[in-house]
Amino acid sequence: MKTDVKLLSMRDALGQALVDLAPEIPELVVLDADVSASTKTAGFAKAYPNRFFNVGVAEANMADIAAGMATAGLRPVINTFSLFLALKCADQIRNTICYNNLPVVLAGAYGGLSDSYDGASHQAILDIAMLRTLPNMVVIVPADAEETKQALKLALRRNGPTFIRGCRNETPVIFEGAEPFQIGKARKLRDGKDLTIAACGIPVLMAMEAAEQLAKSGISVDLLAVATVKPMDVAALAASASKTRAVLAVEEHNIVGGFGGAVAETLGKHAPAKMDFIGVQDRFTESGPYDALMKKYGISVEAIVAKAKALVAAKPVTAVAAASAPEAKKAVAKPRAQRPAAKAKGAKRPAAKKAVKKAGGKTRTPKKPVAKRSARRKK
Amino acid sequence: MTTLLTPKVDPARVLAETDRGKKAAMLQYLAQKFRVDVWDILHDKGTGHWGGASSVAEILTTLYFDAMRVRTSEPRWPDRDRLVLSKGHASAILYTVLANRGFFPTDELHTFRQINSRLQGHPCMNETPGVDMSTGALGHGMSVSLGMALAAQLQKKSYWTYVIMGEGCLDEGQTWEAFLASAKFKPERLVAMIDFNGFQLDGSSDEIMPLAPLFEKFNAFQWNVSPTLYNGHQVADVLRALDWVKQQTEWPVAVIFKTKKGRGISFTEDTHKFHGAVIDDQNYAKGRPELLKTLAELEVAL
Repeated sequence: MKTDVKLLSMRDALGQALVDLAPEIPELVVLDADVSASTKTAGFAKAYPNRFFNVGVAEANMADIAAGMATAGLRPVINTFSLFLALKCADQIRNTICYNNLPVVLAGAYGGLSDSYDGASHQAILDIAMLRTLPNMVVIVPADAEETKQALKLALRRNGPTFIRGCRNETPVIFEGAEPFQIGKARKLRDGKDLTIAACGIPVLMAMEAAEQLAKSGISVDLLAVATVKPMDVAALAASASKTRAVLAVEEHNIVGGFGGAVAETLGKHAPAKMDFIGVQDRFTESGPYDALMKKYGISVEAIVAKAKALVAAKPVTAVAAASAPEAKKAVAKPRAQRPAAKAKGAKRPAAKKAVKKAGGKTRTPKKPVAKRSARRKK
Repeated sequence: MTTLLTPKVDPARVLAETDRGKKAAMLQYLAQKFRVDVWDILHDKGTGHWGGASSVAEILTTLYFDAMRVRTSEPRWPDRDRLVLSKGHASAILYTVLANRGFFPTDELHTFRQINSRLQGHPCMNETPGVDMSTGALGHGMSVSLGMALAAQLQKKSYWTYVIMGEGCLDEGQTWEAFLASAKFKPERLVAMIDFNGFQLDGSSDEIMPLAPLFEKFNAFQWNVSPTLYNGHQVADVLRALDWVKQQTEWPVAVIFKTKKGRGISFTEDTHKFHGAVIDDQNYAKGRPELLKTLAELEVAL
C-alpha cells in the first residue's frame, strides 16, 4: 500500500496535458503572455513551437488573437495568471470570446491566494465572480491536478468558452482513479443530513477533513465537491439543501459574487436554506506562505468546522426537526450518537481519504522534502 | 419608411465586370448609392452612426465587390477572405454592402437596430450572414485579425484578412499591442486599413488624441506601410492601394486612406457632430439632394 500522498500542481498537470493532447487535437494551439515558465506552457512551447504563441505581456491582445484563431477552426488555450485573465482581458473575453461563443479555453493559473508571496496585486479572488457573469462561459474550479487535466480535455471538446481556474502550488491529488469529472456535475463525497458543505477548488480537501471532524462532533455532513461553478449542478445542490436546510459554501475567493454567490442564487430559487460562506471576507489580502495566508483569511479546516457548527446551531427548529425528528433540540446542543460516515453511492474515491489523512486537510503535506520546494515557500 | 433606391447597375453585374475602368465607375456609383441607403435608413430609424459609415463607403464597396473572395451561399466558407470592421459603429454601411453583395435580402436593412433584427447596432457575427467578427467596443479588430491570419498560416490556407480601423481604434492601447505582435509573427496576407477621416466622437483627432506621424509610427513598429496616402473616396485610388497590397511580400501590410467623416453632404463632412447624431427630418431633407446630385453624376459616368 502506498503511504505517500501524491502531490502535483495544477499548472504542471495542465502543462503536461497540453503536450499530451497535442497529437490527438491538431487544432490545439497555446498562447501565453510571457509567463510560460510559470503557467508551465513552456513544455508545449518546446515540443510544438509552431503551435505556441508568446504574445508578450499583452493579455488583452492574447485573448482576441485566440478569438480570431477560434473563428478559423483552431482550439486555442490562453494562459496567464487568473487575476490578469479576468481583469486585463475582461472586454475581450466578454465582447469577443463569449459574445461570439468561441471555443477558447481560458486557463487561469495562480487562482485564489496561490500566488501567495506575490501579494494582493497577484491574488485572484474575483476571477470566478467576473467570469461567471458572462453568458456562454463555463466556469470550472478544479480541486486537484487530476480534475484540471480532465477539465482541459473536456473543455477542448466544447463548442464555447471555458474558464479553468488553476492553482500555483503542489497540492494532494484527490481524484485520481475516482469517477471521471463531468462538466456541470458535482461529486458527492459524503452523505449526511445535518449540513451541506459545498466546496470548490483547493478548499475541497479542507472540507473533507472538516467533515471528518464534524462527524466526530455528531454533525453529519452532506459534502459536495462542485468543480463546475457554471453551469451549477442544480439537482445535486437542491437535493442536498432540501435535506439539510443548511449550506456552507467554501471557496478560495472573495465571498462576494463567487462560488458562494452562485450557490445562493441557485438555492434561493430551488431550495432555500440557511447559508454561510467560507472565503475571503471582501478585503484585500497580502503576501505570505500559502497555508498561513489561507488560514489568516478564513479558509481553513478550523474555519469550516467553526462555521459549520454555528450554522447547524442556528438552524430553525423546524428544519432540525425535519432532519432528525424528536431529538432535534438535543441534537444541536449535545452530539448524537455517532454514525459512521456514509459513503456516497457509487462514488469511487480511493485517493481521497488517504489525501485527507496524510495532508491533514492542508494544501501541502508537511512531509514533503524541503529540497523539492522553492526556497521562498513555507517550511 | 423610405423605399431604398433601386441601383441603376445590378450589383451582380458589377461583380462580373472585367474591364477595370468600367468597374471602377460602377463601384464609385454603388458606393454612393449605398451611402444614400445609409442616410435613408439612419433617418428612418432615428439611430446609427452616419459620419464613420459614410467615410468607409468606397473602401468597403471595393473590398466586397472587387478584392474579396467570399461565398454568399456559404458565408462561413473556411477559405473565404475575412474582413474585420474594427470600427464597428460603421455597421450601417457594412450591412448595406453585405445585403447588396447577396448575403441577405436588402429589405432586411429596414430592420436595422430594431427588436428581433439580425442587424444589430454593432456587427454581430452570429446574427448577420457575411459578418466575420463582432465588433463595437473599439480596439479589438487588429488582434482578432492577427489571430485569423495566424490560423491561415498554420492551416496552410491562402485567405486574406483585412481589418479596417478608424482613429478610435488607434487610440486604444490594445491596437498597439496587436501592431507589435503582428510585426513579430508576420503572417502573410494580413492587411490593416486605416480609415483616416480625422474626426472622432468628441472632436477632431488632432484635438482629442493626435496620431501624427502615423506613417512613421507604422514604420517604427516594423510594418510594411504604403508610403502613399490614398484617397479613400476615389475607387480608382482604393483599387491602386489594393494592387499595391497584392504585390507585397513583406508582412504585415498597412494602408492609410485619407477620408472625410460624413462624406457626401457639405454640412456633415469634416466634423464630429454627425458621428452618431440622429438624422432629423430637417437635416435629412437638406442633405439628401446633395447625395442624389453626386449619385446622378456618377450614373452618367457608368
